[in-house]
Amino acid sequence: MFHFSNIVRTKGDPKIVEGGASLKQPVDQLARALGWFSIGLGVVELFAPRRVTETLGMEGHETMVRAFGVREILAGIMSLSVDKNAGLWARVGGDGLDAAALLSGLTADNPKKGNVTLALLMVGGIAMLDYRAAQDTKPQRPARDARRKLYPNRSGFPKGIESIRTAARQIAARAGHNEVKQGDERRVP
Amino acid sequence: MKALVWHGKEDIRCDTVTDPEIQDPRDAIIKVTSCAICGSDLHLFHNFIPGMLPGDIMGHETMGEVVEVGSGVDGKLKKGDRIVVPFTIICGECDQCKRGNFSVCETTNRKRHLADKAFGHATAGLFGYTHLTGGYPGGQAEYLRVPYADATHIKVPAGIPDEQLLFLSDIFPTGWQAAAQCDIEPTDTVAIWGCGPVGQMAIRSAILLGANQVIAIDCLPERLSMAEAGGATVINFETESVVERLQELTDGRGPEKCIDCVGMESHVMPSLPDTLLDRAKQMVMVESDRPHVLREMIYVCRPGGIISVPGVYSGLSDMLPMGAFMNKGLTMRTGQTHVNRWTDDLLRRIEEGEIDPSFVITHTVPLEQGPEMYQVFRDKRDSCVKVVLKP
Repeated sequence: MFHFSNIVRTKGDPKIVEGGASLKQPVDQLARALGWFSIGLGVVELFAPRRVTETLGMEGHETMVRAFGVREILAGIMSLSVDKNAGLWARVGGDGLDAAALLSGLTADNPKKGNVTLALLMVGGIAMLDYRAAQDTKPQRPARDARRKLYPNRSGFPKGIESIRTAARQIAARAGHNEVKQGDERRVP
Repeated sequence: MKALVWHGKEDIRCDTVTDPEIQDPRDAIIKVTSCAICGSDLHLFHNFIPGMLPGDIMGHETMGEVVEVGSGVDGKLKKGDRIVVPFTIICGECDQCKRGNFSVCETTNRKRHLADKAFGHATAGLFGYTHLTGGYPGGQAEYLRVPYADATHIKVPAGIPDEQLLFLSDIFPTGWQAAAQCDIEPTDTVAIWGCGPVGQMAIRSAILLGANQVIAIDCLPERLSMAEAGGATVINFETESVVERLQELTDGRGPEKCIDCVGMESHVMPSLPDTLLDRAKQMVMVESDRPHVLREMIYVCRPGGIISVPGVYSGLSDMLPMGAFMNKGLTMRTGQTHVNRWTDDLLRRIEEGEIDPSFVITHTVPLEQGPEMYQVFRDKRDSCVKVVLKP
């Protein structure tokens, strides 16, 4: 089977013959897609806010759209990082802000309120995906109060710590260092 | 053969790959009997260190049995020899090797043009650790080609289990070098940040080198308990102030020697705003490292003290308090480990029963379970401290 990565292998180095299973889940792909979508939308909002406000009949709100664009880009970058869960929750929060802003434009005198309704439906759909991805990428780290195994007997010194400390002191004394005297040992655990 | 192969961020797979071949007369091939996942492999898992390519085999803590030798190995190895493979590939002949500065060997990095650009001067080739260090296939595999095998090996005797010897490849000499370059004196307090595998070895090394007091800093109960077992006084940075506790434990003087066994991925905590800022900057790629531990060490270290940095940093670190560093007259020593400089002495200590490095192993699994174990180790699930893989 052809593996693209084999092209860059140094001659003689092992090449992939058969790929093993990936631990990546479909939700990881979804998180990645949402991350890139977020960055794309953010770039549009940041650099073409007037087009966005005109489409929604919400002229005069360009600054807010730009700010939302920055937020989208940051959440997108976070969603593509190893901290994707935080990025996805940031997107869920952002979806709430988007919905609130769009609702403010859903007024009777807005000639583009059809577009606003469509945008609200899209935000709702994306929010569901964001929420699902955020739920499913929850970090697997144990909770802080989870029960942990402790290792109180793993000193690594088969002869015991005191024997090692004594030997080290004797070596230091022979080497001419000032040996630690009894009274100086108050901080020795 | 089976090998753990990097395919991208958080995507390591157990693939079937072609067997390694002798490429140079100085090569040898070993059948891997044990290998391990290192904390620094997690930086690659997270793709924080540039220079990995899909298809790269992971792993730089490996030992095994020689099954084939090139014609130029010159009798220094023969089939059937049992060796531990140091993670730094060395020629043994260049000026740096002759000085004992093996991790900056001038010969073995076969992609030195990349490293010259990134670091100014190339460092040694390393197994399974990006194309900046040669792009050599790593040892989390059934077989490994060992380049410059006549110099790049540690011969070990039969009769001692792999588990006691394997860590001569990296974490034991790394912890040892971290402590040794502190020039520990019998009155010294040595503070060690990070109680992962290297931190645990640094704690034991500081004790063996005669430190008066060793203080270990982490937040995970299992790692703190292991540190305490090794003779350290512990500080849990989630529940105590590191600065205040260190002051208390050193009668206000600060530790004379500080060791950073954390490196570029220090813990992110809302109560430490610099860690949040570092993480944000790392995410948008305006800073490659999160150097909270370096900042803290410079702040707490006793004037005239030594800071030792075995923790891996990859590129740029912001907001280091150089004023404090300079005015306090501190010395910083760092570097990848000159493994072969230390291993004769460390092997003797293992043989004489002075230390048994296998204490750090918490999980032993078949190689095929390697990808899952990367996640378990990263997430600190199941109180995981060190994973050994058996091909």
